[in-house]
Amino acid sequence: MSDISGLIQSDVSADRVVPPAGFTVRLTLFSAGAMAFLAVFALALSLAAGRLASQWGNELARSSTLRISAPAEQMDTQVAAALRVLETTPGIESARALDAAEQQALLEPWFGPDLPVEALPVPRLIEILETGAGYDASGLRLRLQGEVPGAVLDDHTRWRRPLVSAASRLRMLGWLSILLIGGALAAMVTLAANAALAANAQVIAVLRLVGATDTYIARAFVRRFTLRATTGAAVGALIGLLGVWLLPAADDAGSFLTGLGFSGWHWGLPVLIPPLAGVTAFLATRAAAARVLRGLA
Amino acid sequence: MIELENVAYSYGGGELLSDLSIKLAPGSFHFLTGPSGAGKSTFLKLCYAALMPTAGQVRLFGADARAMDRDAIALVRRRVGVVHQDCQFLDHLPLIENVALPLTVSGKDVAREETNLKDLLHWVGLTNRASALPPELSGGERQRAALARAVIMAPDVVLADEPTGNIDWEMSQRLLQLLIELNRMGKTIMVATHDLALIRAAKAQVQARVLRISNRRLQLAGADL
Ligand SMILES: Nc1ncnc2c1ncn2[C@@H]1O[C@H](COP(=O)(O)OP(=O)(O)OP(=O)(O)O)[C@@H](O)[C@H]1O
Ligand SMILES: [Mg+2]
Repeated sequence: MSDISGLIQSDVSADRVVPPAGFTVRLTLFSAGAMAFLAVFALALSLAAGRLASQWGNELARSSTLRISAPAEQMDTQVAAALRVLETTPGIESARALDAAEQQALLEPWFGPDLPVEALPVPRLIEILETGAGYDASGLRLRLQGEVPGAVLDDHTRWRRPLVSAASRLRMLGWLSILLIGGALAAMVTLAANAALAANAQVIAVLRLVGATDTYIARAFVRRFTLRATTGAAVGALIGLLGVWLLPAADDAGSFLTGLGFSGWHWGLPVLIPPLAGVTAFLATRAAAARVLRGLA
Repeated sequence: MIELENVAYSYGGGELLSDLSIKLAPGSFHFLTGPSGAGKSTFLKLCYAALMPTAGQVRLFGADARAMDRDAIALVRRRVGVVHQDCQFLDHLPLIENVALPLTVSGKDVAREETNLKDLLHWVGLTNRASALPPELSGGERQRAALARAVIMAPDVVLADEPTGNIDWEMSQRLLQLLIELNRMGKTIMVATHDLALIRAAKAQVQARVLRISNRRLQLAGADL
């Protein structure tokens, strides 16, 4: 890191001894910009997937529903029996039968506000909130089978698990993409730096003749590529951020696509992309320069 | 200062130089002559570690050239001013910056050497060409600029390869004066040249030894020059 600050402070005259670079530097500028742009989206994807995974994991995992279907005259006793069973089940924080109004509210979207819930043979619902440790679903099912024949436990796991693991997988893929983007940037900077060094073999020979050390020669190249990569990445990240910011936000819909943005302090993370691109370019160019300068005997 | 001991060199074919032994004492002035292709430039390159001997030992300021790493060689180059036969410059920088290049790369404050630099350019007659780019210079101008660059660091040793090859008699006399002046300041000078008149002019003013490469060997030339 002290290397890098020294690099930026170092005399600009060191920069002048290498001829103003042509396409290699523009190439670096462009690839760093494109990579930063992609990195912003990969970052948004990872963070959104991470949010979804933890949201689904938390919300869905903590609650489940017990549905009781029974003839009208047995309903209340079965509900009471079920609540007793649930109260004595370890891992359950609370269990609560929904009252008629709540059930009505749940059914309203489908049947309209005037549905006489009491008159219909709709199942009664018990909402279960579990503790952090959770309960043993199959054990609970067995006990319910014996004591409350009309009870069906819906613990959401059937569809929750693949969703949560898909979201976690997506988050991992996002981070992997960011790593690959960094690697691709390093590869491109290495190629560009190699080309620049090869094109300047004559300049390097003159510099050596007058007593320039390898460190000095390398610094002129490293400085140039680091600055260009940082600048390019800053522009690319800015455009990427703008793109993410302009995505339609419809949090209510809560669907994955509309949730693909940054939230809260996560908006600050893309600021790290340009300096990281700079560090990547710094390391790549320094390695390339060391290798080429060792080769040019 | 610079010592060669039983040095041989070959570019891959047969030996170009064999069994050279010489000491360039501090403050000495040497000329190096010999037919074209005899190996004068090669000999000078051995003296500033641009080439490593294929046999024998080259000692630069007391250290074995072959044992030096590249940083050590860079430091040696700052103490040895070299005028290359095909004067190499950075074509994108104006002449004055090329002359100042040794200062720049060794981290010296070029602005503080400004007067020194101006004086030097004046001395080699390039004041009005200071902002020209090297490709715009004549052969003689390039050689004068190369000499100016070689001495800007006030090096201990100046190695000049045909420094007067492209310039007129009057200008070569001025270059010689500069070299003689440097020598009187205690610098070690070695000049490879075909120019016998230049050697004669020098011998009239300083104690100069004349070396000759022929048949792969280094000999002290006779007094007949
Ligand atoms: N890099 C090289 N690879 C192979 N052969 C070389 C190389 N450099 C020089 N030679 C050969 O070595 C011989 C000596 O070259 P050198 O430049 O030392 O001669 P010189 O005495 O300086 O000649 P001149 O008076 O023409 O400058 C020449 O035959 C030349 O062709
Ligand atoms: Mg020669």
